[in-house]
Amino acid sequence: MADLDRFRAETRAWLEANCPASMRTPMPDEEIVWGGRKPVFQHPDQKLWLDRMAAKGWTAPTWPARYGGGGLTEPEAAVLEEEMRALGCRPPLRSFGLTMLGPVLLEYGNEEQRQEHLPKIVRGEIRWCQGYSEPGAGSDLAGLQTRAVLQGEHYLVNGHKIWTSYAHYADWIFALVRTDPTVRKHDGISFLLIDMASPGVRARPIRLISGASVFCETFFENVQVPAANLVGEPNKGWTIAKRLLEHERKSIGGIGDRAKPTRTPESVAKELAGEADGRIADPVLRDAVARFNIDNAAFQLTRRRAQEMAEAGEPPGPLSAMFKYYGTELNKRRYELMVGAAGTEGLGWEGEDFDPAALKTTREWLRSKANSIEGGTSEVQLNIIAKRVLGLPD
Amino acid sequence: MALTLSADARMVRDTAMDFFREKSPVTELRRLRDTNDADGFSRRLWREMAELGWTGFLVPEEHGGSGFGMVGLAQVMEAAGRTLAASPLLGTALIGASALDLAGNAEQKDAHLPGLVAGETVFALALEEGPHHAPHRIATAARQEDGGWVLSGEKRFVLDGHVADVLIVAARTSGAATDRAGVTLFLAPGDAPGVACTRSIMADSRNAARIRFDAVRLGPEAVLGRVDAGADVLEAVLDRARAGLAAEMLGSAEECFERTVQYLKDRRQFGVPIGSFQALKHRAARMFCELETTRSAVLAANAALDARANDAAALVSLAKAKANETLHLVGNEGVQMHGGIGMTDEHEIGFFMKRARVAEATFGTAAFHRDRYAALNGY
Ligand SMILES: Cc1cc2nc3c(=O)[nH]c(=O)nc-3n(C[C@H](O)[C@H](O)[C@H](O)COP(=O)(O)OP(=O)(O)OC[C@H]3O[C@@H](n4cnc5c(N)ncnc54)[C@H](O)[C@@H]3O)c2cc1C
Repeated sequence: MADLDRFRAETRAWLEANCPASMRTPMPDEEIVWGGRKPVFQHPDQKLWLDRMAAKGWTAPTWPARYGGGGLTEPEAAVLEEEMRALGCRPPLRSFGLTMLGPVLLEYGNEEQRQEHLPKIVRGEIRWCQGYSEPGAGSDLAGLQTRAVLQGEHYLVNGHKIWTSYAHYADWIFALVRTDPTVRKHDGISFLLIDMASPGVRARPIRLISGASVFCETFFENVQVPAANLVGEPNKGWTIAKRLLEHERKSIGGIGDRAKPTRTPESVAKELAGEADGRIADPVLRDAVARFNIDNAAFQLTRRRAQEMAEAGEPPGPLSAMFKYYGTELNKRRYELMVGAAGTEGLGWEGEDFDPAALKTTREWLRSKANSIEGGTSEVQLNIIAKRVLGLPD
Repeated sequence: MALTLSADARMVRDTAMDFFREKSPVTELRRLRDTNDADGFSRRLWREMAELGWTGFLVPEEHGGSGFGMVGLAQVMEAAGRTLAASPLLGTALIGASALDLAGNAEQKDAHLPGLVAGETVFALALEEGPHHAPHRIATAARQEDGGWVLSGEKRFVLDGHVADVLIVAARTSGAATDRAGVTLFLAPGDAPGVACTRSIMADSRNAARIRFDAVRLGPEAVLGRVDAGADVLEAVLDRARAGLAAEMLGSAEECFERTVQYLKDRRQFGVPIGSFQALKHRAARMFCELETTRSAVLAANAALDARANDAAALVSLAKAKANETLHLVGNEGVQMHGGIGMTDEHEIGFFMKRARVAEATFGTAAFHRDRYAALNGY
């Protein structure tokens, strides 16, 4: 414990000395740093902060130092997170490499693949996207059809992925491909890393109901991929795919985490639906807001409990299976409440007539609807809980 | 404030689980009901619970307890909830001990705590006057006379009221019927002249009573805490009671859920286990999520009370609101998913639903606690 206290003191001192003041402010979505070959920085401090954190490996705190990570233990990583939150430090980098690909490369990748890809993820030099879903394979992901045929030193890839988030900005894609169409569907899938700059790869953005374009259709036409880019063994990709989904779901489950949101259901309700004696005037609305906040607080406590169990070396057991489902359903409820409490002020689409914060909430309300679809739908999560946790029969 | 149990708390938990499973399964509650047991609980088992130290968890060492705290007692409550065990744990080990610990003077502690810890004195809180929990809606009046007090009024839903040796009575000494100020707590012997007690037979087969106070004379030493300032103590006592009850409800909900999931695996219709139907699977999976979040809230509330944390009251309302909703859901679904057999008195699943309803109404429904949670959080 004394060691951990010392680590906390050192960490705080380092963060205070190295995190630029402008990086200790709430982060609007537009200022998230995603990295990549052509990184976008609105502000030089973003790059400075990323470079300093990456140099310590603290963009990936628990990855081994030999791959550029921070080499921290789980308790140390928790301290780092707590101290960053206490000082209001922005996450220096967000990426699918950090939350999804990295952990499975550490588990299933070979040494060359780890050496090649992990340090670049830590430093934010390569931006990854996820090529799982296809038009005919969503919840039934194992039904995917994108083909990869081994020809000498290369796989020849042909197929069509869809809903590929940020494919139009990504440098590489981790894709599920069918390498054996003759066996049971789960047994013919491989996990392949593909450079998006390869000839024959094309990404076409799709517009969302929120008006933004965050995902794409991604086409592969006779794309040559080095055979060395296959992770794990050929036709054994399903295990890796599922493990990656666990990491993805964990990070989506934390969607409602933002340290201190400036707009909350209670603030919107007071401002736009009426306040009396310091309280939300409408008792029905107040009750709905309290119900949401209570469920949300109980959920955050549950995540903390799972974290404490992990730090104490106890198996988290079935607890984590619920995070994706519960966290995303809560986030949808949050936006439903905010939009509802704002009345017509919450239904503006664009223009001077509306408060920019309200316009943003409206778009986020629409975006939040994807939370219970992306990464495996809520129904699929409930299937998983019923089967794996409760042991209910097929 | 940890959300994992200490080794000591885990030991208490294991002991309590074994104790209730072995000595007080649901059949014991059925027996108490069917034999119209005069006490509504087993005095022999209560003494054994006292010997295990549970009555002293909220009593400091200098008064014969262990001061082990709420998290420890919550483990016992949860285990008791698993088997729907009827005992004076809530009224005596939680409420009686807390009231004396928080507000009692030296004489009162000396007079009452040894008997409480030994499992000899049973306590009951005489608070409610209407059908809904309303801690400040108090019309029962205490008037000063000849240096002492004269108590008149009627209380209902007094848990363990008809077996209580000592009543903790919330009475109005000044102010209007709903004022927070002007409430005073009194310690009154259960058999004082003018106390008339009728047992209320509740749906959950647990103890409650209606008590009339007809010009009951009490000495000045009967005042617990300060005159007119009883509401603060009452709130602190109620918060411990709510947190402990939430733990009991968590235990009941978990047991009811586990039995129901087992039934989904065992019962076959259409040639398959009914647990293979997705309509039931998804509802079961949702209940699992609610149980896990409730468990976290209950732990956090009890730990916050032990730590005297600033947000303890809000966490208690969080925990009671969650426990209410979760046990309500799981109790109702338990009966529904058992089909016809779930409607029979012979099957035990219905006991959980009946207990759910009474426990929910005890010390605040979910709506009450949502409103309190909102108020405590500034909206
Ligand atoms: C914003 C967004 C970003 C995304 N990003 C990516 C990405 O980067 N990479 C990627 O590969 N994919 C991505 N996806 C795709 C996502 O993973 C799929 O949309 C998702 O898995 C659902 O598949 P589907 O759209 O084909 O819906 P379907 O599977 O057709 O589902 C339709 C409905 O049927 C229900 N359903 C299906 N099967 C069952 C069942 N067995 N039991 C009960 N109900 C069932 C579903 O729950 C849903 O309600 C993204 C999606 C969104 C919305």
